[in-house]
Amino acid sequence: MTVVIAVPSSLDDLTFESVLDQLAQHPADAKVIVDARHATFATPYGLTALLTLAQTRAEKAEFLPPENPDTVSYWARAGFFRYAEELFDVRGHVPRPRSAGESDVLLEVTPVTKSDDVHGVVERIQERAASILLNKLHLESRATMGFAMTLSEACQNIVEHAGRGGWVMVQAYNYRRRLGGRFVVVIAVCDAGVGFRSSLESGQRRPLSDRWDDAVALEAAVVNGVSRYGDPGRGQGLKGIRGYVHRWEGKLSVRSGTARIALIPSWDDDVPRREGLAFFPGAQLQITIPEKVSAVA
Amino acid sequence: MTRIDVGSVLRHSANLPFSDLVTRPTGAAVRRCIQTELAALSEGDVALLDFSHIGMMDYSCADEVVAKLLIALAGQDAHAGYIVFHGITDAHLEAIEVVLDHHGLALVVQFADGGARLVGSVSDEERAIWEMVYARGSAAAADVADVAGREPAEMARILESLLRRRLLRHDGVTYAPLGPVQ
Repeated sequence: MTVVIAVPSSLDDLTFESVLDQLAQHPADAKVIVDARHATFATPYGLTALLTLAQTRAEKAEFLPPENPDTVSYWARAGFFRYAEELFDVRGHVPRPRSAGESDVLLEVTPVTKSDDVHGVVERIQERAASILLNKLHLESRATMGFAMTLSEACQNIVEHAGRGGWVMVQAYNYRRRLGGRFVVVIAVCDAGVGFRSSLESGQRRPLSDRWDDAVALEAAVVNGVSRYGDPGRGQGLKGIRGYVHRWEGKLSVRSGTARIALIPSWDDDVPRREGLAFFPGAQLQITIPEKVSAVA
Repeated sequence: MTRIDVGSVLRHSANLPFSDLVTRPTGAAVRRCIQTELAALSEGDVALLDFSHIGMMDYSCADEVVAKLLIALAGQDAHAGYIVFHGITDAHLEAIEVVLDHHGLALVVQFADGGARLVGSVSDEERAIWEMVYARGSAAAADVADVAGREPAEMARILESLLRRRLLRHDGVTYAPLGPVQ
């Protein structure tokens, strides 16, 4: 049986749930066609989550690229097809990706599998991010270093906990759906690894409570800083991310397994905790840093 | 004073062409290399840990390089060496302050002009007494008590605490800063 999974026209962290809801209705080894022909917009989360989805399929899925030439061109510039062509059977012609570093994307889709990859990501992002954060988001210069640190820690979660490679992408754009078109910088880090719950279980770090599920595991790790390692210095990465996001009035959301939690700023009306979602392996993290309010006329 | 160039240690120990201190494995490799150099110090020597050639540092690396180094040093015998941090900028300080606070640690940062300051988890009283010793170049508990208008025994207790945390050192019967005083 072949199943067609429709990618929504606007693909972000929330609408990606419709992709997972469709997948959840079929067995893991079902032949899948991911139909993105009608997609016209995708956030970094959307693109990295699609690659992550491909990693989870027992049988290589087919992929129908966007029909809109601007969209497919952007996805190519974002480096999506460089990896999609390895993970999917991509149907039809897609533009050749430019070499990494020549794109207008802040950080193209980049694989993260080992510590050295994190060094490369941090090195590449700093100069580009500094200009965006200072000139577009009107943040103070110290926000730049914190941004690189946040990105580094987010990527390290893959290396340290996922058990398999993942993806990172960073982009800046006008956020029309919220914030009245203010600029935002978005970091997405997605992997199809073991996820927070299994990671904590493997380190015997499950909290002493009767309830134990993906939501409790996420809360333990993201909010309370529990790590699978007993080392008392562990857990500071996510704590640092939380601090950075809070300081710059940003938003953090983390999905793992069947749950998602979010630290929500005043400009957003997301819910802090979602449970009973369609199961998706690994961890998917998104950080949104908005343009400073006082700088907007 | 022995100078350890952390930028050079990063390039050689982790074999990376980058100047940023990021990731735990990198931090652990750098710390082990620094500890080897510190082990060669003579009794009471002061090592200047120079971060001038380090770009940024993330929380994980700050925990591995800075916090674990200080914890290991505090666990050694009283005659072990001391560390002064140099070349620290705002790009490093954010992560360093977070991990110091997490572990209840503190360190001495020395600036290029010879000035110094305490960074990390210290009380206002400890900081004031440390600054007093630093300003005088050397002081006994009685001297500090005189200036502060407090009991010598009380001042001795705080000075000994700063000594145990390796934020001051003994200079004969008095307490002294770790680095040169100008």
